[in-house]
Amino acid sequence: MKELKQQKMTYRQAVREAMREAMIKDDRVFLMGEDVGLYGGCFNVSEGMLEEFGSERVIDTPLSESGFTGAGIGAAMGGMRPIVEIMTVNFSLLASDQIINTAAIQLYMSGGQFNVPLVIRMATGGGKQLAAQHSRSLEGWYAHIPGLKVLTPATVEDARGMLWPALEDPDPVLIFENTTLYNYEGYMPDNGSIVDISTAKVRRNGADVSIITYGIGLHKSLEAAGILAEEGIEAEVVDLRVLRPLDNETIFKSVSKTHRAVIVDEGWRSGGISAELSSRITEKLFYELDCPVERVCGAEVPAPYARHLEQASLPQPEKIAETIKQMGGLHG
Amino acid sequence: MGNYRMGTPKKTASKKTTEKKAVSAKPGKSEKIHLLTQMIRIRQMEEKTYEMYTKEKIRGFLHLYDGEEAVAVGIIENLDKEDGIVSTYREHGHALIAGMSMNSIMAELYGKAEGCSGGRGGSMHLYDKKTNFFGGSAIVANGLPMAVGLAMAYKMQNRNSISCCFFGDGAVDEGEFHESMNLASLWNLPVLFVCENNFYSMGMPFELAQAETDLVKKANAYKIEGAAVDGMDVMAVYDASVKAINYIREQKKPWFLECQTYRFRAHSMFDPERYREKDEVKEWKKRDPITTFTSRLQEEGLLDEDELNEIKKRVAEEVEESVEFSEKGTDEPIENLTRFVYSDEPKTLNKSK
Repeated sequence: MKELKQQKMTYRQAVREAMREAMIKDDRVFLMGEDVGLYGGCFNVSEGMLEEFGSERVIDTPLSESGFTGAGIGAAMGGMRPIVEIMTVNFSLLASDQIINTAAIQLYMSGGQFNVPLVIRMATGGGKQLAAQHSRSLEGWYAHIPGLKVLTPATVEDARGMLWPALEDPDPVLIFENTTLYNYEGYMPDNGSIVDISTAKVRRNGADVSIITYGIGLHKSLEAAGILAEEGIEAEVVDLRVLRPLDNETIFKSVSKTHRAVIVDEGWRSGGISAELSSRITEKLFYELDCPVERVCGAEVPAPYARHLEQASLPQPEKIAETIKQMGGLHG
Repeated sequence: MGNYRMGTPKKTASKKTTEKKAVSAKPGKSEKIHLLTQMIRIRQMEEKTYEMYTKEKIRGFLHLYDGEEAVAVGIIENLDKEDGIVSTYREHGHALIAGMSMNSIMAELYGKAEGCSGGRGGSMHLYDKKTNFFGGSAIVANGLPMAVGLAMAYKMQNRNSISCCFFGDGAVDEGEFHESMNLASLWNLPVLFVCENNFYSMGMPFELAQAETDLVKKANAYKIEGAAVDGMDVMAVYDASVKAINYIREQKKPWFLECQTYRFRAHSMFDPERYREKDEVKEWKKRDPITTFTSRLQEEGLLDEDELNEIKKRVAEEVEESVEFSEKGTDEPIENLTRFVYSDEPKTLNKSK
């Protein structure tokens, strides 16, 4: 909303404002998911929306992830513009048949006849002591699937701005909101409502190393860059924003400048998006690299409950900074 | 009620026009002959696809509908052109009766650019936007949630359309069946759930898969009204679907229809059929929906031998034309391999409000 444009707001508010704005703009947009109405959203994101838009447009669903995600697909194909909220990425596995076997491939299997203009939002990530079944980061895994677009807003600007272009997109778009970001506060810039859903962005300029990351990793990487700056190392931080399709151009441009790349991802290293990024950089820029590509990823364990164990399993700013200091040709 | 989706089949192979025709709840001679003709069209098309499979013109999986024709015809003939249809991997018959041309179906089976999906879908994934045919799915039960969503859209848009979802008895084993039935009932959605119970989910006998074999009871458990009907009798299916569709449009609620039927051929082309006795197949073939309905029409004096031969001849011509069309079809250029993974041009949202 206009009056909020220059306000300080939380990531949670930004997502809410984006949904409200979309529902005011277009009658075809509706929100559907578990506890989005009466409860106000499991993470309090849709608080007040039931009262504002009514139960026909803010629809509480039973705990039927596959059923209501598939219903979102059908509604999208029938001319609506649904926002399906799946409480967390962990539960999206119950709907993965609908997302992967249906939404992602209708357009292709129908020879271009039926597109699926569906937006699915879900919370992702660990760090809240919720143990293994509530703490996964599977956005990179979804980014494996042709036919899907995968967004990972890390700032309030993106949390607010990415939804509308996602709804305008003719194809299914998944939006991953890191749970630890909901309370994160930031300022909405004047042009806060105008963002794209196709490019990566350099969030901090630097000449010595490129940190390529997304989501919560952006904030940890910026913190790491601060640590490094004190020691005279200037890190450039690239926020991927979109995991599929990847913006090769921005990534390659940064690495061509710094000649060093480290990828920060809460997801697992094996077969993850970090592996894909490392491959692309190595394939394209092998002779420009001053040292091997490094990765700081989530430990390959199911997320543990105990705080010290969980924190040890996640990429941390100190670990990112330490990894970079060990890279060839960089001396702190 | 409703309109013919297809109208009478093409009189000559070259005529492309389709006509809509009102169908009454009590069909007369011409409507009954039309129903028979539609079943014959499916049967002859399927027999030809079998032949072309053995000649390696068609590859991949091929699931034939022989024996189950009365279900597709008895139901889809009563649907309106604006109604959505969601189908399974045994969907050639549904697609044809929905109004897709035999040419575009056959060419898709041939994997040609002229097929409905340009050879990207094949036998199990026929789609047609013009006739609101939302595809065949090869994941058992995963079309049911889509049908629920289509009905949500129709309801939200205040349209009087319904969505019609075909699925087999195997789908009843899946969670998506139960989730979808509950959602459709909970939200009073206009969905016609059609279970084509052919008593085997691939090789798994129905009674070994289901603790409760009375499927209408399952529907009733979700507060959905429904009926079981002899799926080998096209008039029984037709009458049941008139009742079901009227109920859905008037009550704005879902309906469950179990059509008890039988597939005469193997599950697919790679099925040694160890799970059923030959005598069982023989017994069911006595109830062949086409031969029994033909006899009935003849007994009622509505069809003579010449008329029957004329129908068969016309359909045979249509089938032959579809083969010729497909034989002449072109290959989708390899440059188009990745086309339609994503849409070419973004369609702008309505910003009028």
